[in-house]
Amino acid sequence: MADEGPGRNLRPLTLHVPEPRFRPGDVVDFGDLHLPGAGETRRPPIDSAPADMRELCYQLVRVLDEEGRAVGPWDPKLAPERLLMMLRQMALVRAFDERMYRAQRQGKTSFYLKCTGEEATSVAAAHALHRDDMCFPSYRQQGLLIARDWPLVDMMCQIYSNAGDRLKGRQMPILYSAKEASFFSLSGNLATQCPQAVGWAMASAARGDTRIAAAWCGEGSTAEGDFHSAMTFAAVYRAPVILNVINNQWAISSFSGFAGAEATTFAARAIGYGIAGLRVDGNDALAVHAATEWAAERARNNHGPTLIEHFTYRSEGHSTSDDPARYRAADERSAWPLGDPIERLSGHVTRLGLWDAERQAAMERELAEQVRLAAREAEKQGVLGNGMHQPLSTMFEDVFEEMPWHLKEQARQMREEGEAAGL
Amino acid sequence: MNMIQAINSALDLLLARDPDIVVMGEDVGYFGGVFRATEGLQKKYGKTRVFDTPITELGIVGVSVGMAAYGLRPVPEIQFADYIYPALDQLVSEAARLRYRSAGEFTAPITVRSPFGGGIFGGQTHSQSPEGIFTHVAGLKTVIPSNPHDAKGLLIAAIEDNDPVIFFEPKRIYNGPFDGHYDRPARAWSGHPEAEVPEGYYRIPLGTARIVREGNDVTILCYGTMVHVATSVVAEKGVDAEVIDLRTLVPLDIETIEASVKKTGRCVVVHEATRTGGFGAELSALVQEHCFHSLEAPVERVTGWDTPYPHSLEWAYFPGPVRLGEALRRVMEE
Repeated sequence: MADEGPGRNLRPLTLHVPEPRFRPGDVVDFGDLHLPGAGETRRPPIDSAPADMRELCYQLVRVLDEEGRAVGPWDPKLAPERLLMMLRQMALVRAFDERMYRAQRQGKTSFYLKCTGEEATSVAAAHALHRDDMCFPSYRQQGLLIARDWPLVDMMCQIYSNAGDRLKGRQMPILYSAKEASFFSLSGNLATQCPQAVGWAMASAARGDTRIAAAWCGEGSTAEGDFHSAMTFAAVYRAPVILNVINNQWAISSFSGFAGAEATTFAARAIGYGIAGLRVDGNDALAVHAATEWAAERARNNHGPTLIEHFTYRSEGHSTSDDPARYRAADERSAWPLGDPIERLSGHVTRLGLWDAERQAAMERELAEQVRLAAREAEKQGVLGNGMHQPLSTMFEDVFEEMPWHLKEQARQMREEGEAAGL
Repeated sequence: MNMIQAINSALDLLLARDPDIVVMGEDVGYFGGVFRATEGLQKKYGKTRVFDTPITELGIVGVSVGMAAYGLRPVPEIQFADYIYPALDQLVSEAARLRYRSAGEFTAPITVRSPFGGGIFGGQTHSQSPEGIFTHVAGLKTVIPSNPHDAKGLLIAAIEDNDPVIFFEPKRIYNGPFDGHYDRPARAWSGHPEAEVPEGYYRIPLGTARIVREGNDVTILCYGTMVHVATSVVAEKGVDAEVIDLRTLVPLDIETIEASVKKTGRCVVVHEATRTGGFGAELSALVQEHCFHSLEAPVERVTGWDTPYPHSLEWAYFPGPVRLGEALRRVMEE
């Protein structure tokens, strides 16, 4: 068999391992990134067959042009109050992130994770959904809670795991749960929420309800099997669900190529499953709103699910435990051609004569103060560093509806050991 | 009824009583399941209550968790327990923890039915007993019936339970009891006392074991098919053993176990699953902790070997009458 081994007259195979275009120290140039202009992408009827809108998976729904004008068929034509509210909430998300990031650096909590640069993908989407549509977020959609006016103090108490934490200190910071805001309990396990959202939507449909579901995951998480299962179930049962992929280019240190981005877009995943796919400028709040509204209308009218890829950029590190300077070029953020979602929406309302730089600056000061006061309020109920704020016995509660004997025994053992040790 | 009919009866009864219950899984709809457990249900309750799914176990369980979060009470089927592993993340990370991590805001009252166990020449991927993987997970309940009567009562209790339940059905005894004597003609459930199954509603509370046979000399802890192996061996050997069918592994009926071993002073644990890290290790440790001063011999474990489940060597692997008989002899000689 030796003549069939290495060395026979064949070209050796090579393994392709993706490599991002820019590493630390490289000069960043996104000049060759093909980005359709605002208003160029058509808006199909909401009952379109997925096969009739495939090209949308390779284009980009954009509404705001370089001059801050809203142009083209996707302009959601939102009322001025709505635009200003979205702007305010996106800015509030950023102010909240800044404060909580600092709180982590000050040792008041163990962990935090910002969504800087991605505020539109949650806030603008929330404005296109009904409040009772169930959201199955990932950990970078704090904007959903803020857009639904969830109390900042409540969010912070969770981050501090303090006495006011509705989750009783059981979850890592930012893994919120807020049923009243139709915000599903967050899990650390990636993409698990995708089939769950489809199941929720299927249940709503099976019950003849009118509510729909929406899920969010990052582009990195689309590689999980859960994403495939969710897409399959969504397609098979025409579930009234919107599956959002936030393509922020990075999954911790891995660029999107490791999730398949070198070969195709994430929106194009929809084509193979036979569901509607849209690719959206994720830093354009109006485009995000318009695409979400389109998908929601489609779902509400029993035309089935939609996959939306939000093309955006993770402006900061993955989390407080991450240093992006170790794996990507420092000026990627400033060179990113789709800009900053808050600046772009602010520019738009300014152009409409509703806003100006002075009001923007005043609003940012006001929001920072609002967040500061909320943090002070939350910190009155304790921070992670200064002790355990929940009665110890709560650790054993809610594992089951009723506590079985072995957990009662363990709770007793913990108490007795503590007492014996003089605690 | 045989066990299939008893399970079908439980599902039928609950589908009629509770509009929140949905039954789903591979081939469970029109076809009625590869073991016929869901036969006739789709026709009776419609396709939005009983339906076929794509072949994706993680999808089946993940979608069930979402349906439960909506307020339904899903009863997903995994065709063989050997194929439950793709759904492990959804079971362990999601269903089991949802109540805890959301402090009760969201719950996952799902019952995952799955045929399990060997003795059918199912080879490596139609014979496994993975209960130990699930008993190790905080937040899951694990139930295993050993006869038609219990299967119906336990399944009703499991579906009505507000916690996620793994319900393993020993497929070897779907159609008749099996005592491990593979060379003898197969028996049917008809005529067996536990095959008398009421047509109507009844439930067997989770966490209650059943003393199958009272005895004074040794306690045998078992569940599923092994209950029949144990009672048969005890009769053949003339040992005065107390045979306890655990029925629920989590929560466990520790009181019944403790009372029995304190009476007998000896204990043999039997299961088909592989030994190392199996549920027998937990049982053995609990007996040692709770009954140390009563024990007159080390606790014996009769289990599957620590190998994948073999095809042709099935009867050397399966913890049958010979191996259990030897264990009883050893424990009685101490």
